Amino acid sequence: MSPVFYLLAAITIAGGLAAVLLKKLVHCALAAAAAFAGLALLFLSLDAQFAGFVQFLVYLGAVAILIVFAILLTRNAEEQDGGLFSRTWFAGLVVAAAVFAVIGWAVLRSGSVLPNQLAVPTATVRDIGVALMGRYVLPLEIVALLLTAATIGAVIVAMHEKEGEQ
Amino acid sequence: MAQNLDQIFVLLTGWMVSYLPEWLRPYGVAVLGVVGVLAVYVTLFALTTWFERKGLGRMQNRYGPNRCGPFGLFQPVADGIKALTKEDLVPRSADQVVHFLAPLVLLIVICMGLAILPVGRNMVLVDMDAGLLFFFALGASTELSVFMAGWSSRNKFSLLGAMRAIAQMISYEVPLLLSAISAVMIAGTLSLPKIVEAQAGFSGILPHWYVFTPWGFAGAVIFGIAAKAETNRCPFDLPEGESELVAGYFTEYSGFKFAIFFIAEYLGMFSISSVSVTLFFGGWGAPLSFLTFIPSWIWFFAKVLTIIFVFIWVRATLPRLRQDQLMNFAWKFLLPLSLINLGVTALWRFMGDGWQRWIVCAAIVIVSYIVLGLWGMRRQHVAPRKYSYAD
Repeated sequence: MSPVFYLLAAITIAGGLAAVLLKKLVHCALAAAAAFAGLALLFLSLDAQFAGFVQFLVYLGAVAILIVFAILLTRNAEEQDGGLFSRTWFAGLVVAAAVFAVIGWAVLRSGSVLPNQLAVPTATVRDIGVALMGRYVLPLEIVALLLTAATIGAVIVAMHEKEGEQ
Repeated sequence: MAQNLDQIFVLLTGWMVSYLPEWLRPYGVAVLGVVGVLAVYVTLFALTTWFERKGLGRMQNRYGPNRCGPFGLFQPVADGIKALTKEDLVPRSADQVVHFLAPLVLLIVICMGLAILPVGRNMVLVDMDAGLLFFFALGASTELSVFMAGWSSRNKFSLLGAMRAIAQMISYEVPLLLSAISAVMIAGTLSLPKIVEAQAGFSGILPHWYVFTPWGFAGAVIFGIAAKAETNRCPFDLPEGESELVAGYFTEYSGFKFAIFFIAEYLGMFSISSVSVTLFFGGWGAPLSFLTFIPSWIWFFAKVLTIIFVFIWVRATLPRLRQDQLMNFAWKFLLPLSLINLGVTALWRFMGDGWQRWIVCAAIVIVSYIVLGLWGMRRQHVAPRKYSYAD
């Protein structure tokens, strides 16, 4: 356990806690983004390069931006003042702790179900690409089709208003 | 001698580190590398601001800076002192913490991107297995700091500007990635030093750079256009349209925080130009076979500065695009063209050596360019502008 690990763990945990406890929704989203970044850097420090990069690209680049846009587009930006923490911070903390407990329990139990793996898996980006394009090509294509359908659906939903005018 | 000059920074690092005790040496190499890369790029930034203003002046028939030092060379120093001594104003209703963090996050993310660039033979700070992916991953996280800056200012123009900038960055990231993938497909690796190695070698005196193939040329042009949009450079510099659009996400920033946004923009421009040099222009390789005696790092920075010069040239030449033109250009022209280019790259890969693939690939690229261009312009009537004067 190097100092780097403790630093990254502190960033991740602080970000996660802030996401649950803070009052302003945009602050929560930004704190969640900090937690995502800490997690990505943790993956990188564990030599899981692909997981780390995807965490950056998908969670910071897409999910965090999506959350932020969703908050801004659906909510009135004016909040009532008073206090840094959310009034329902205790409920948020309990829900987060419950989810953490379930996942932690599952991870700890998995040791007895799965046989012991090698300490250092050697999955490079290249191996993942070969697996995606070879063995798992059918699921990949199905996911691609699903995403295309979702994109077209989103465009149609967005276009509807304009067609009504004509 | 030429060998030593080529490796001079590697040898210097080794010599300086040899004075450290054994267990400190990896840290010494890392610190020296970081200091070196940051010093070089920040110096380049200072010189480029001078070069840009001088070049713009030249192209627009005026002098540009000419008061500080010879040829106005000390202008960046004066600008720096000005930025440092200016009052740092923060709006009272701004979100103080986020307002403070936004420029820092942007600068840190962009500086992290500089670490993976192969600036010369054996000269790369972090040699990652998937360095290119790392670069794009960092590029995706700059959007968040733009949002932080715009939202925390508590100014509707800042927020609108941030939204505009994020929409632009997300839209142009798609052609940027797709055109970079074509180089990755041929090189068969995501590691930037290996992509440079794949472009080594000469036929006759000409190098094997990807830009000299049909798909590589189209890819380099698409990458360059998308890179301009990603770094908010003209003709995509909507965030800088202070007279028309009240600038953008950094309207409420002043003093050194504004300077940090400025530095981050230029460093981002350098890093994205360096990546395009690496992907399409042979990285640190010499352009002609008899010029290999010149050190590799000189070639790398010469190419980067050439691309920066093209950026400045375009800025002096083209007017700014409107937001709807910007989006239409990205989604209706660049995206289909880069998808077709991806197919052409695959064709090039599987047609084998021979002259046929040159004709087929070039024909597909040119035809798709013309068809997409005509289709995009079908309802536009391009004619000399008619002026109506009041009598």
